[in-house]
Amino acid sequence: MRNNDRTKLLDEIRAIEFMTVELNLYLDTHPDDQKALNDYNSYTKQLMALKDEYQRRYGPLSNFGTAVSDYPWAWINSPWPWEFD
Amino acid sequence: MWIYEKKLEYPVRIKNPNPKMAKLIITQYGGPDGELAASLRYLSQRYTMPIPEAKALLTDIGTEELAHFEIVGTMVYQLMKGSSPEEIKAAGAADYFVDHGHGVYPQSAAGNPFTAAYIQSKGDPVTDLYENLAAEQKARSTYEYLIQVADDPDVIDPLKFLREREVVHFQRFGEALMKVQEYLESKKLF
Repeated sequence: MRNNDRTKLLDEIRAIEFMTVELNLYLDTHPDDQKALNDYNSYTKQLMALKDEYQRRYGPLSNFGTAVSDYPWAWINSPWPWEFD
Repeated sequence: MWIYEKKLEYPVRIKNPNPKMAKLIITQYGGPDGELAASLRYLSQRYTMPIPEAKALLTDIGTEELAHFEIVGTMVYQLMKGSSPEEIKAAGAADYFVDHGHGVYPQSAAGNPFTAAYIQSKGDPVTDLYENLAAEQKARSTYEYLIQVADDPDVIDPLKFLREREVVHFQRFGEALMKVQEYLESKKLF
């Protein structure tokens, strides 16, 4: 059921993604803030790398053409967020 | 287009079921100041926002609210999960159980089903942004009341996260309102 390494990586992704969400909303109303934009881009690169690593190890986080799948179709088998997160 | 991400924005790991608390928290799923209402409100209002900052902000906050809708749904699911009908009855949640079993249904704590009457989309950007400022404060109050009646740290922790997001959204909507008002003033000069 619970995979500690997996959960740890997911928590890391969540922490970085939170920074991108927060900076994204801020940039919506402060589009000329260069420092915030630099932070956004830096966190976004970190987030993309972490998500790649996660998906290589544990299967797709997203579907509809955003991540490739092993055989058989992996999307249906990785845990759903309300069951395990 | 929306892309689903198979993870919660903030983790929910509730170890002890509590059907009574589920029946209260459901109000932030489908109640008057809940996350579904918030998301529908912003995603509907965005079409008539006059400036790019406001179009972006309503799209993005409307999207984040869907993530909160999922967090609250997960809380309700985990709080109901594994409870027997007897336990649910003893917890005072038999009324919810007879209509929805262990299912997650958008309703208020008092049992009123979700309705679009909870939201407004007025086609006037100033009116809509004032509504959103009020909506964020009402949601903040509701989370504070829920935190006051909760006693499980597993429940209180995600409620605190959600409460904090209302505060941030309120701040951003205030900035968008100022920018919209500046834009409308600038148009009057010509």
